[in-house]
Amino acid sequence: MFEIDALMTCLSTPACLVNQTTSGLIIGMLLFLVASGVTLIFGVLHVINFAHGSFYMLGAYFAFTVYQLTGSYFLAAAAGAVGAAIAGIVFERLIISRVYGQNVLMQLLVCYAFILIVDDAVKILWGAEYLAMGIPAEFRLPPYRIAGGFVPPFYLFLVAMAVIIGLGSLYVVTKTRFGKIVRAAAHNASMVSALGIRVPVYFALLFALGCALAGVAGALAAPVRSLTPGMGLGILVESFIVTVIGGMGSIPGAFLAAILLGLTRSIGSVGFPLFVDGAMFMMMALVLIFRPTGLLGQGTLR
Amino acid sequence: MTLLREFRRDIAIAVVAFLVLLAIGFGVESPWPRDFLTSIFAFGLLAMSLNLLIGYTGLVSFGHAAFFAFGGYVFGLLLQWEGFTSALGGGAVPLAFVAAVVGTALYSLVIGAICVRLTEIYFAFLTLAFQMFLYSVILSWVGLTGGDQGLMGGIPRPPFLGIDLGDPYHRYTACALVFVVCVLIMRIVTESPFGYTLRMVRDNAQRAAFLGVNVTRVKLICFVVAGSIAGVGGVILALFTSGAYPEWAFWAQSGEAIFMIMLGGLNVFVGPLVGAVALRVLNDVVQMYTSHTEIVIGLVILFVVLGLRRGLLDFARDWWVDRQQARLAAANREGEER
Repeated sequence: MFEIDALMTCLSTPACLVNQTTSGLIIGMLLFLVASGVTLIFGVLHVINFAHGSFYMLGAYFAFTVYQLTGSYFLAAAAGAVGAAIAGIVFERLIISRVYGQNVLMQLLVCYAFILIVDDAVKILWGAEYLAMGIPAEFRLPPYRIAGGFVPPFYLFLVAMAVIIGLGSLYVVTKTRFGKIVRAAAHNASMVSALGIRVPVYFALLFALGCALAGVAGALAAPVRSLTPGMGLGILVESFIVTVIGGMGSIPGAFLAAILLGLTRSIGSVGFPLFVDGAMFMMMALVLIFRPTGLLGQGTLR
Repeated sequence: MTLLREFRRDIAIAVVAFLVLLAIGFGVESPWPRDFLTSIFAFGLLAMSLNLLIGYTGLVSFGHAAFFAFGGYVFGLLLQWEGFTSALGGGAVPLAFVAAVVGTALYSLVIGAICVRLTEIYFAFLTLAFQMFLYSVILSWVGLTGGDQGLMGGIPRPPFLGIDLGDPYHRYTACALVFVVCVLIMRIVTESPFGYTLRMVRDNAQRAAFLGVNVTRVKLICFVVAGSIAGVGGVILALFTSGAYPEWAFWAQSGEAIFMIMLGGLNVFVGPLVGAVALRVLNDVVQMYTSHTEIVIGLVILFVVLGLRRGLLDFARDWWVDRQQARLAAANREGEER
């Protein structure tokens, strides 16, 4: 079960270390984008979007189709984000806004229904087989050599994009007028609407922002992962683990926890391939037992 | 003995229900009603035990099918292990059953100890996360579990005490008996003082704590009882299908169980069972017309949750209560006029 020798050899060779670190980073960055959407929506609207993985999947499929039609990856990534945001607004207005403030059971059920519908719709539109997009033309360049390891240029792009988008959304929520209104509305919606602000519009926009983050993650993942209906659930569960470890509602916490988890995944696949999932869950259980609010979380969950 | 006296009505109903099930199973030649009812036994126990958590205690678990799958896998694996069956001979099946239930109880104790302290939303998604962990273990530990193929080659069922579970009639009777006994246990749990403590914890945990109830312990006991009964459901399904499959541990199985509860009615004891039957029938009917059952089921869920907002039996009960109240009001008016 444990291959300590392989792990030690890898940790002592720079080439292997570089390879595993970069792959850990891209796993972590995708997780971070999805998890920050979950955290953002929860922090303001107090609903857990169990259907968040569906927007990740939609982002990936939209990007896939737009890339095939136009051949431009940048257009494809934008399409993934915008498409997921529009789907998010539809979902928020038609479905989830009706269960705001109700018990978790109702929220869970409508998300379950939405996942079933979207997964089946994707099966009808794109087929049930695995689809592969491949590294886009813009990034088919020779990989960089760092300390003997190979780093594909697309990986660097992915990490940079994720960091920029993450910082951007943090800025939007904490510093802009939009963010201030949304946070005020989260605190006291009737007061904010008495001031003449249309609260439901802001809630819908915030929900769309969270879904756009998942959509971008899907679009960034499309070249390096295979696309399949139901691909959203795996990343949803992992992004929950990230939010628990990082602390609910904390974007910096999500960033830290996502990197931690990404590295556990990539380095663990060398040292304890069968126990990678187990290690992630152990980390989560330890955090819950010893620091239940998460590494950087402020909120209460008891 | 006091238990017998206190619940004599429920016990009588259980005996009658068992006899009716036997009459259906033995009276009809075709295997269809037996197969249909056996799968209802399994999924009904899954949904009803989940309702102990959701309806009675207010713990919305999204990972209950993990215990269902765990019970089924332990039962199947023990009986497929030649050392176990050859050493125990006739005792293999009952012992495997006991081991599966006890094993599931211990497993739910570990998961419950981590989860029950958390608030609603955290509880829901941690139970989901642990279920997906079990799912990934089942998929990746191919040597033990057969990976995505499930437990293949059938589960041997050595006869014991003259009961041969390979025979469809014997198997049906055994499953019906186990099912009825489990439902009776749940009935006793929910109607006992402990059951009312669960409702108090659901309605106002803080107040229950003030009154001296150890809320965490009560929740944990309920979690373990519900998990064990879900494990029994898994054993029934493993017996019925003569195998165990990773889909049982998939998140969609838990979602389905939650929907069964919602469809049948949260606030009536047999609601989840009615929901299990209704969903099964719905599934079979939809499957006759289209292969895209998921879209249809999804739309039905949205309709029930956003449109009706309560389950079938909740409707019936509300209608009954309204009628009673109208009659009382009418009687009162008459009294005043006189």
